[in-house]
Amino acid sequence: MTNAYIPDGPTQLAMFRKMALLKINDEKTRRAISTGRLVMSFYSYRGQEVIPSALAVNLRDTDYLCTIYRGIHDMLAKGMPLKDLWAEVAGRMDGTCKGKGGPMHLTYPAKGIMVTTGIVGSSMPIANGLGWGAQLQGRDDVSVATFGDGAANIGAFHESLNLAAVWKLPVVFVCQNNRYSEHTAYSTVTPIERISDRAAAYGIPGIHVDGNDPVAMYAAAAEAIARARAGEGPTLIEAITFRFNGHVFGDPAGYIPKEELQTAMAADPYPRYRAKLIAESLATEAELAEIEADCEAQIEEAIAFALNSPFPGLEELSSDVYGAAA
Amino acid sequence: MSQDKPVTIVNALNAALTDAMADDDTVLVIGEDVGDPEGGGVVGVTAGLSTRFGDHRCRSTPISEQAIMGAAIGASLIGFKPVAEIMLMNFTAVAMDMIVNHAAKLRYMSGGQTSVPIVIRCMTGAGLSTGGQHSDFVEAWFAHTAGMKVVAPSTTEDAYGLIRSAIDDPDPVLVIENTPNYGAKGPAPVAGHRVPIGKAAIRSEGSDVTIVAYSRTAMEAVAALPAMTEAGISAEVIDLRSIQPWDEEAVLASVAKTGRCLVVHEAVTPFGPGAEIAAVVQERLFGKLKAPVMRFGAPFNPVPFSKSLEDAHIPKAARIAERAIAMVKG
Repeated sequence: MTNAYIPDGPTQLAMFRKMALLKINDEKTRRAISTGRLVMSFYSYRGQEVIPSALAVNLRDTDYLCTIYRGIHDMLAKGMPLKDLWAEVAGRMDGTCKGKGGPMHLTYPAKGIMVTTGIVGSSMPIANGLGWGAQLQGRDDVSVATFGDGAANIGAFHESLNLAAVWKLPVVFVCQNNRYSEHTAYSTVTPIERISDRAAAYGIPGIHVDGNDPVAMYAAAAEAIARARAGEGPTLIEAITFRFNGHVFGDPAGYIPKEELQTAMAADPYPRYRAKLIAESLATEAELAEIEADCEAQIEEAIAFALNSPFPGLEELSSDVYGAAA
Repeated sequence: MSQDKPVTIVNALNAALTDAMADDDTVLVIGEDVGDPEGGGVVGVTAGLSTRFGDHRCRSTPISEQAIMGAAIGASLIGFKPVAEIMLMNFTAVAMDMIVNHAAKLRYMSGGQTSVPIVIRCMTGAGLSTGGQHSDFVEAWFAHTAGMKVVAPSTTEDAYGLIRSAIDDPDPVLVIENTPNYGAKGPAPVAGHRVPIGKAAIRSEGSDVTIVAYSRTAMEAVAALPAMTEAGISAEVIDLRSIQPWDEEAVLASVAKTGRCLVVHEAVTPFGPGAEIAAVVQERLFGKLKAPVMRFGAPFNPVPFSKSLEDAHIPKAARIAERAIAMVKG
């Protein structure tokens, strides 16, 4: 990895703004579920805010994203509007998918958010197709597939990296290694220390990065995305992070040793980055507090909007199964 | 293509792909061995495409069915019309997640924001002693999946017309080609010909019994006609051509006339398309039926290798005639 990609002050603040939105949104979502305002399957991303924030400040609206069920952080960072998102997870007509997709299938093509899958590993083969399409159209837009460490053990991962490598596709594969595949610890199911080592098997660069360090993650993302834009092919980024909550809301995560969790939470990337920005005089406490208050207000407004949106009418039950023939 | 010289089904499929790629730059072909350096497809269906249109539009892939389907799906989301060859129908099992969980559902799950206008071509069919993993008819898996369409041509003109319609279609369409039937000859299709998806063809008109079939069994049913005529029964043979959606109107109109219905397919009988067709016919025409609706599919076993067993596995003309005659004569 080179040091050629260093985020400037405004970019560092832009990353913080995204991280704040993601963190507060996760907290608000869990509160909405626990207080009975919302019924949904929620896969918390608390602790993983850095990765999509650092990616997104390097991406355009015309770049594509294929993400997974634990992916609301990816989508928010990429620009999905809060109101559309909240109305969708509440199953309402104003949701981005008219309430027919839900939290695991959010889609928002205007920002390049093309596919959200509930199937482990399945973001990658489709991200290849989006990258292939952009390549055929002669564009320099890129396609990003995000997935977890568990997905690195499914066949689709290997098929996708191989095809992307032989076709030199403009795809960035981002493994958010949060150390647990559902309930199972990384080393129980993965025989090597670093998933990024698997890139070598396909002759592509593999970047191992601290996914909780915004500056390092920014550099990794910028390097891989620049490579893809330049037509030099795919990159596998393994970003090390930690999932602070259970696999799905309601999972007490008894399988994570207390000490491991405490250590990870003590190194929470959010307050660390916040303190760093102040220490480096990139922002004042008051400015960051204002960003946080603004995020909170926007999310509250989105929740109120969502809960006032109508449920889809029964005419939606069987529409959008097939398109109208030309 | 000359109008007077008969062509094979392979020729017709090749002409359909060639014409579609010539008419529309967004039509792409991918799959294992589809490029000319690899032989233009294992039976030659894609011959000439990579040479004429470039290997960026007709591209050989690794043996990676999930990656093939994912590439097709992703490109289709942004305006391309990929035709993905999954060489053998049994290999769709390897790509089932991409087909069933993604291609079929993205339109619905996105609330209509995205769509997956892809064509999946595959071949299958017993008769060449290719055994249990190269010959299965598993169309019921896909016909049972909301969002999918499934077609199965049995003639040169339908092969051409259904490929063209499948490429035009805004949704994923699985095209089932019958392996033993690839060399069958018929009239050269007219360029640009379309066969509407969901529209059956009446191969023979009759008054005593309606035989509903598709793919190879439609040809077997036609071949059974002389034996039935000799036995004094008049059979109407309907080649469904499309399985999902199937032409309920044509089948119901025919059975309303004949009062008897025999559904024939090479897929195993239990939970096969014949069960669905029989159920609809009985729901709609109960009072008009002169006999129970019957199904004649393959027995409930994997496709066997040995010729003697494989012959017994396929619903062939002689046994179709026997069943139809028994239905009419009791």
